[in-house]
Amino acid sequence: MTPVPSPLRPWADRFAPRRWLGPVALLGPGGVWLLLLLVLPTLLILEISLVPGLRLGQPSGGYGLGNYLQILQPVYLRVIGRSLAFALGSTVLCLLLGFPVAYWLALMSPQRWRNLLLVGFILPLWTSSLLRAYAWAAILRPSGVLNTILTAVGLPTQNWLNTPTAVFIGLTYSFLPYMVLILYASLEKLDTRLLEAAADLGATPSQGFWKITVPQTLPGIAAGCLLVFISTLGDFVVPTLLGGASSMNISRLIYNQFLGPTRAWGFGSALSMVLILAVSLAIALLLRYGDKRSVSET
Amino acid sequence: MSAPRSITWPSLFTALMYAFMYFPIIVLGVYSFNDSRYSASWEGFSLRWYRALFSDRRLLSALQDSLTIAIVAVAVSAVLGTLMAIGLARYRFRGKGLYRGVSYLPLIVPDIAIAVATLVFLASMAIPLSLGTIIAAHMVFCLAYIAVVVASRLQRLDPNLEEAALDLGATPTQALIKVLIPQLAPGILAGCLLAFVLSMDDLLISSFTAGGGANPLPIEIFSRVRTGVKPDINALSVVLILGSALLAGLAEYVRYRGDRQRQL
Repeated sequence: MTPVPSPLRPWADRFAPRRWLGPVALLGPGGVWLLLLLVLPTLLILEISLVPGLRLGQPSGGYGLGNYLQILQPVYLRVIGRSLAFALGSTVLCLLLGFPVAYWLALMSPQRWRNLLLVGFILPLWTSSLLRAYAWAAILRPSGVLNTILTAVGLPTQNWLNTPTAVFIGLTYSFLPYMVLILYASLEKLDTRLLEAAADLGATPSQGFWKITVPQTLPGIAAGCLLVFISTLGDFVVPTLLGGASSMNISRLIYNQFLGPTRAWGFGSALSMVLILAVSLAIALLLRYGDKRSVSET
Repeated sequence: MSAPRSITWPSLFTALMYAFMYFPIIVLGVYSFNDSRYSASWEGFSLRWYRALFSDRRLLSALQDSLTIAIVAVAVSAVLGTLMAIGLARYRFRGKGLYRGVSYLPLIVPDIAIAVATLVFLASMAIPLSLGTIIAAHMVFCLAYIAVVVASRLQRLDPNLEEAALDLGATPTQALIKVLIPQLAPGILAGCLLAFVLSMDDLLISSFTAGGGANPLPIEIFSRVRTGVKPDINALSVVLILGSALLAGLAEYVRYRGDRQRQL
């Protein structure tokens, strides 16, 4: 959130006779587009979510909370619980795997190669997320790469594909680079003199880590975790390609209400609103506790 | 700070994580040359999947659809997103916080929710689904990403240059086109590359706005891979990954040049 830089004022003053023209020309077209294709549609699904039993091509009754009450059925609550478990689990995994990588990149890697190494780690993000999930399907399927390797070294094989384990692997793999990027931005700003001072005063490296490094980077940790949580909560591709029928999560459920066999638009809209609400809650936490700067830099 | 050259457990662990990040990509690459259709074991080097790929009309037309969507959506969004970023940096007005908040929404709200909302909106307006509706829907997130990237560049610019142009008698429009836009160019280009990649990668929003009229690549890939492993998709992956690596290299180069320009 930047304040208006004062040196830009003269530009606006020249436009004084037609004061409204500048802002409207600059902000109008994009604003109208977002209003028309984002804000209005979202309000529309809010409305539709309040029409119980709405299906495509059927006359609807009055407003009510029926769609939201339907979500409270155990079968749908389990889907929501599973989505939360996928998101929480992969967030923790991303943090545990990502922190050492970000730590090494920010504080221990050779200075000359630091930027290149960081870019190298996040490079896979530029490739199609669909194809990366598909690659894991090729690795984890019963006759896949992993089982071939396990057989070769004499270990028992296992069906990995279409299990929650596969979903956790896929989600962690997909969002680890984001976590590393945000933690790196936070660790890079760490004042290492504090660690030296602590060591001089007799602190062990592990005391220095837990009492200085971790508290100093806590806002970055919070930001990274919430960002990964939000992204994994609404993910569709990984649970579909790696999770199979047993890994129905909220975005797959929403997808089915619209493009699947059920076509229950009202119920699907209510699920959408619940997902948006959950994400908004996470964003509110992020704005309250997270390191906003390290997020916006990435 | 510990000695940088000694091998420590974080460096070992990091090496392991690099391997984790590149393992699936290497697997796709290796198996795209494997002669076998079903087995994960190596049955000899072959280019048959690449031949199959380049004679697959359906896949090539899907690629063409995707490129059309991405290029048009990014081109229009480049203009709208840049104007938005400049406008937000320049003016103070009532509702600015709200405007900015809305412009961040496509970055935060899950794709599935945006996709559903767009479909319901188009259906309620009785707008038939086509290539055009996909482009319109892609523009929403393209312009949001471009605006954010351009805004972060704008924030670090030297405002004196533009002021100097105005003092020397340039009109505001001249100052915008001849001074500000060239300075913003690396940011605009970086934003466009990001938006292009996101547009080429999008499955959900396209699925909900495509109807029968268009069949972009992610939809085609998705419908093929959800039923199992397809070796010609391995070959396609390699081609696409090389394409994205090229774009990523270009983006990093642009950023590097932009950073150097600022330091001078």
